[in-house]
Amino acid sequence: MKKQLMRGNHVIAEAAIRAGCQCYFGYPITPQNEIGEYMSEYLPKVKGAVYIQAESELAAINMTLGAAVTGARVMTSSSSPGISLKQEGISFLAGQELPAVVVNIVRGGPGLGNIAPSQADYFQATRGGGHGDYRTIVLAPSSVQELADLTFDAFDLADKYRNPVIILGDGLLGQMMEPVIFRDPLKNLPRKDWALTGADERPSRFSRSLILDTTAMEDHNWKLHRKYEIITKQEVRAEVSDLKNAELVIVAYGVAARIARGAIKRSRREGIRVGLIRPITLWPFPSDVIRETANRIKHFLVFEMNTGQMIEDVKLALEGKAEVHFYGRPGGSVPTPVELERVITRVYYHSIRKERSK
Amino acid sequence: MKKLYGWPKYLTRAPFHYCPGCGHSIVHRLVAELVEELNIAHRTLAVAPAGCAVLAYNYWDFDTVEAAHGRGAAVATGIKRCLPDRLVLSYQGDGDLAAIGTAETIHAANRAERITIIFINNANYGMTGGQMAPTTLIGMKTTTTPEGRNVRMHGYPMHISDLLAIIPGAAYIERVAVSSPKGIRQTKRAIRTAFEAQMNDEGFSLIEVLSPCPTNWRKTPADSWKWIDEVLAKEYPPGVLADRRAHKPKASAKKETEDAD
Repeated sequence: MKKQLMRGNHVIAEAAIRAGCQCYFGYPITPQNEIGEYMSEYLPKVKGAVYIQAESELAAINMTLGAAVTGARVMTSSSSPGISLKQEGISFLAGQELPAVVVNIVRGGPGLGNIAPSQADYFQATRGGGHGDYRTIVLAPSSVQELADLTFDAFDLADKYRNPVIILGDGLLGQMMEPVIFRDPLKNLPRKDWALTGADERPSRFSRSLILDTTAMEDHNWKLHRKYEIITKQEVRAEVSDLKNAELVIVAYGVAARIARGAIKRSRREGIRVGLIRPITLWPFPSDVIRETANRIKHFLVFEMNTGQMIEDVKLALEGKAEVHFYGRPGGSVPTPVELERVITRVYYHSIRKERSK
Repeated sequence: MKKLYGWPKYLTRAPFHYCPGCGHSIVHRLVAELVEELNIAHRTLAVAPAGCAVLAYNYWDFDTVEAAHGRGAAVATGIKRCLPDRLVLSYQGDGDLAAIGTAETIHAANRAERITIIFINNANYGMTGGQMAPTTLIGMKTTTTPEGRNVRMHGYPMHISDLLAIIPGAAYIERVAVSSPKGIRQTKRAIRTAFEAQMNDEGFSLIEVLSPCPTNWRKTPADSWKWIDEVLAKEYPPGVLADRRAHKPKASAKKETEDAD
């Protein structure tokens, strides 16, 4: 497969088609419109594939549920305010254990916010988002290539665990163009012996989330919980870099991690030894990696494009074993590596050097 | 001896949880009978609503999925587009379809989705205990209109089927009432027509069923039937509201005998 230059949103759509996505349901919202536009052009070329521009995000996510229950690979995409509307359906997908891929190209919030890149939806994505006791797998790509790869993986994870998977990007990632190499299209999709396709020569089935009997509902909740435990054990992904000899670790995901990388490079030139932990799965969160790193490194700088959301997970992971610093830029502002470098320098001289000189 | 009637093959033996005199159990049975008569159980998928009929899968022996409140038409759309050769029916109440799910319903009709909606209109929110629905009549008392529905405060009874009837994608829309043996037979015929319209790829179809809710109406089952005919049907007159089918069978002998009594 040759390398090509493509826009992030188009890459999500193309990767989804290659991963066997048979249905896409969407509703326009900036900055992710290119996903639906690409799908409207290319998905109908796939035999039997379905593209619908729905009348609302509510309709789109419920069409997604309808398609998922038939066993089709299905994706919907939106941006923050639209994802809020989709939470109803995401909760139902989780409750009914139906696989689906939901893309959130995050923009500034709350409310209508703006259309600039943001990481304001971390809590919403990683805490379930809708009502009820459930989790969604959350993948946080930080490059266009990773958008392609993680979109591919998202479908596999969704099918493997019969659970909705969120791809948490942002306006920057969706809009920017980078070189990408796609994986070859999937030939064989997984068989789904639970799907509703009409009770032809088998007993009829139903798919539900209403379980009035409290004992049965509790059992269902524990069953889901056990599944989430397995996911937590098996699916954690994180990238670590420059941790060797580092005195300070930046924890950042998505495009924030790219900014951090630039800042780390600059800081290292100045003799400040900084490393990076980049969670790729935001849920399950790479707590173990962070905790183990704290055995040696005692300062963590959490950098997010919000006022501090992932920092809670970092603190939980650290269990007080290291000092946690924070730098955030909410509202769609994207800091430069130079700006973050200044923060690193400040943390380094105010905390780390000071401590050492005591 | 000739067997005239038996337990429908695709109606399970589970006792209905519905109140005595409720119309749901009648319509469930009619659907099960039709699925058997049309020999389509193996390719029927039903969508059950949030509402009294949420447990429809307990009674129907064909594949059934629950939808979130109001989203039946959207879920049915997702299913039908993936499995275009299946019969997809969405079973919904008046609050579900005419309030929270108005957008999903109207747009499914506008896309001419090849689905059939069975719309149970009992002029109140049954499952939650009898609150005002969009279809509640003027002056009608419910738990949220204790003084009766007041137009100034609560608006007018919603004629959702008439609204849907003007949409070009709506192939067949009919209003019926399960308030008499004759009405029940007409209901079955109407649902059959809608199913056939769907299977003939005609477009969207919906059958509105005026259906008794004795518990929340505070009436006996017999009085409920009477109230449908004398009051509810005056606001929502039964009849064919839209028929844009390309393949219309000639008025059959069956229809004549059905309407004769």
